[in-house]
Amino acid sequence: MEFGFTTAAYVVAAVLFILSLGGLSGQESAKRAVWYGIAGMALAVFATLIGPGSGLWLLSVLLIAGGGIIGWYVAKKVEMTEMPQLVAAMHSLVGLAAVFVGFNAHFELVRVLGMEPEAREALTGFAELLAHKSVIEQNILRVELFLGIFIGAVTFTGSVVAYGKLAGKLTSAATKLPGGHALNAGAAALSVICLIWYFNSGGFFPLFIMTLAALFIGYHLIMGIGGADMPVVVSMLNSYSGWAAAAIGFSLGNDLLIVVGALVGSSGAILSYIMCKAMNRSFISVILGGFGGTTGPAMEIEGEQVAIDADGVATALNEADSVIIVPGYGMAVAQAQSAVADLTRKLRAAGKEVRFAIHPVAGRLPGHMNVLLAEAKVPYDIVMEMDEINEDFPSTDVVIVIGSNDIVNPAAQEDPNSPIAGMPVLEVWKAKQVFVSKRGQGTGYSGIENPLFYKENTRMFYGDAKASIDSLLPKIS
Amino acid sequence: MTPDSAVQLQKLGYDCLIEAGAGEKAGFADADYEAAGVSVVKTAAALWKDADIIAKVRIPNETELKRLTADKTLISFFNPAGNEEGMELAKAKGANVIAMEMVPRISRAQKMDALSSMANIAGYRAVIEAGNNYGRFFTGQITAAGKVPPAKVLVVGAGVAGLAAIGTSTSLGAITYAFDVRPEVAEQVESMGAEFVYLDFEEEAQDGAATGGYASVQSEEFRNAQLAKFRELAPEVDIVITTALIPNRPAPKLWTEDMVAAMKPGSVIVDLAAERGGNVEGTVMDEKVVTENGVTIIGYTDFPSRMASQASTLYATNIRHMMTDLTPEKDGQVVHNMEDDVIRGATVTYQGEITFPPPPPKIQAIAAQPKKEQPRELTPAEKREAEVAAFKAQTKSQVTLLAVGGGLILLAGLYAPASFMQHFIVFVLSVFVGFQVIWGVAHSLHTPLMAVTNAISSIIILGALMQIGSGSWLVILLAGLSVFMAGINIFGGFLVTRRMLAMFQKS
Repeated sequence: MEFGFTTAAYVVAAVLFILSLGGLSGQESAKRAVWYGIAGMALAVFATLIGPGSGLWLLSVLLIAGGGIIGWYVAKKVEMTEMPQLVAAMHSLVGLAAVFVGFNAHFELVRVLGMEPEAREALTGFAELLAHKSVIEQNILRVELFLGIFIGAVTFTGSVVAYGKLAGKLTSAATKLPGGHALNAGAAALSVICLIWYFNSGGFFPLFIMTLAALFIGYHLIMGIGGADMPVVVSMLNSYSGWAAAAIGFSLGNDLLIVVGALVGSSGAILSYIMCKAMNRSFISVILGGFGGTTGPAMEIEGEQVAIDADGVATALNEADSVIIVPGYGMAVAQAQSAVADLTRKLRAAGKEVRFAIHPVAGRLPGHMNVLLAEAKVPYDIVMEMDEINEDFPSTDVVIVIGSNDIVNPAAQEDPNSPIAGMPVLEVWKAKQVFVSKRGQGTGYSGIENPLFYKENTRMFYGDAKASIDSLLPKIS
Repeated sequence: MTPDSAVQLQKLGYDCLIEAGAGEKAGFADADYEAAGVSVVKTAAALWKDADIIAKVRIPNETELKRLTADKTLISFFNPAGNEEGMELAKAKGANVIAMEMVPRISRAQKMDALSSMANIAGYRAVIEAGNNYGRFFTGQITAAGKVPPAKVLVVGAGVAGLAAIGTSTSLGAITYAFDVRPEVAEQVESMGAEFVYLDFEEEAQDGAATGGYASVQSEEFRNAQLAKFRELAPEVDIVITTALIPNRPAPKLWTEDMVAAMKPGSVIVDLAAERGGNVEGTVMDEKVVTENGVTIIGYTDFPSRMASQASTLYATNIRHMMTDLTPEKDGQVVHNMEDDVIRGATVTYQGEITFPPPPPKIQAIAAQPKKEQPRELTPAEKREAEVAAFKAQTKSQVTLLAVGGGLILLAGLYAPASFMQHFIVFVLSVFVGFQVIWGVAHSLHTPLMAVTNAISSIIILGALMQIGSGSWLVILLAGLSVFMAGINIFGGFLVTRRMLAMFQKS
């Protein structure tokens, strides 16, 4: 096939990808948008297979099919609560693929440069492309593939660690090796040295050293970030996987890779930004891990936590006219979403107004709670964002907080010394009555005491979230 | 005093005396009192002589006051603001006088607030009296003999009496409207089932807390707006019950002659403020008059007496609570504690001194409404200025960014070859498109967004596909692995996105 056809296909694919992302602005258009994405991807792969520079297409098709079967199987099996892990795992694959493609570009470059000019003319495929590059272009290519490998390697180990943390295979607490960020800085400096070295020598060894350093950075950086900051981490890795693709696109001279890489990269960057905004923390402070030191003693909390049993909660719910449910990561852990959905249906059937309030960083993935509630068949038009619903709390009879802590912490507004001071939170304490479903008296991820639990209108509904909600169901009339 | 409260009083350590026949009209026979351990005294004079504490209802007359001595305490309605001579007399005698209407309106004193008790009765009775004089049903009915519209009742003044009247009227089935100068009582009115009549009048709402929960005098404009509203309502309503009183002032005239004239024949007006001159023009105190156009105006002031048994029970309970507060030790000894807000407030003469008017109570009757901090309205000029400043700042930051970014790109363009710059342009434009598109993504779809970007970031497969047919076995192996992993990602990412999106449902 002609080169022109491939380029045309790429243009169409790029447009389809942009439409696909743009379509996610609404639930209904999103269903169509996925098809744009699928069509774009199919077109791009097809055009590349039949286009110039590709070979062994049978092997390629077989490999794609093999990977596709695994992907299909995983996508069918995965629980919605495991979504964060899945996304992290898939990022790691993109990162690793970027590393491999970068290595290949290097090997080919070395091979082509080693040939006689006559032999170069006979080359086909990717090597042919390389053969026509000038010296400056070769140098730029080196820098590009170096960057691609670096970002890809960081993405790979970072995502693996994030996967481990999200799946509970690694401790979700922030752990650092002795030396802390100095190690990361050292590894980064080493990478820069390798870049210069590689730029001058063109050998594989500096590339390899740099890869090891980047793998270490990815591992160590994400190990130092705690569980509740995972939404930021996952979207950051999402962004990195995009930039890696873009860098590889530069080195291969493939515009579609650049376009898609840039789209994905900016998408991840925006998501990280939104998440950081929602936690009132700077991106740097999240990435560097842990909470900064407090600026003074925390406010004294007066009162005590008052427990309540299912009967008490059920009575209050039966009397209430308006109910807001605030789900958090605890709901996902306890797999309580369908119990919550049943409760919602019952309350709505009784003519009560039930809504959900979702904080941007609830859960471990941007939009995690929305997906869980959607899975449990909670209609999305009663699931509200923080800005939409925060003003309605004073006129609400009952708020049920299920497995969230920091995102409903009044200390963020009341205590200027609190580590989370200034973070936007759901103002549940303004409601007439608040029930907090929680496993025990412990503090949340951040280790900050939550004055909400001590407020006069708050009752603690201890126990596993799923068991608690299930015990409520028969008592709702 | 009722036989029941007498028992309670004895528990406080007091001996009780009662005038013969005092409870007769309220349905309590002398024998009942004797059974409760009360000594029945033949004449009032003897009673005044024997008792140390005298409790009565009506404002004491001159003869009664003359019977007081320095060691006696009188508990009664007294109308201290309009009863200078009475106070002087009591002062001359050196007696302590507690005026029941002066009990401050604080939560603690509610149990002895006889005004509220009596107002409650008056409000209830006013509706009953109105019904008695109104020739129709209160409630609307559709009968075999035709349709009966419900009566329309307007209650002016939503104090204790007003609220009691509203409650009675709505429970009888009438359509009830209520008006009060204190807009904050609208909620109470609506909770009783009546409709609050709002005025189209802008005035800084006065804070009811400042006047101890009572209404105060209104401005002239407000009064006019109020009268205009009443004029509008007058032809519609069947029954008007006015309860508007301002403490220590004559009752305001709210229902003027022309309003009375505008009402339908057969309508009834009950003026609970008749004792202080009445809210209605044409009210005759203690009498029922019928106007030329057939409107009945009731000016009775003795509503509590018309429900003697109920009134006595409530008043006796109020008195008993007052006695309980006066007897902290429960030993039959009066401790007239002038430090106590309630007792201090109600006492009008104490040990030869006139102690009226009392200092304002330390505790506010109603929590002062927190002053709403109004965000300062920006003038249009200021707004424009702020907008211009924001626009300028935005322009400045954008221009700076563009200049720096453009400079960098130009710098790169000086050194980089043309082929690189072509790709670079594509890259920069894609980043812009990406930012524009992603801002529009709904928050609730962030997880699908991640899954979809994940799937399309497997576009890296293109690179692997281009390399797979080229070069050594190592290149083929690595490229093959990349294709395989990207394959997982493409299918997994798109499928899981589809699965998630299919779950989002509208209710």
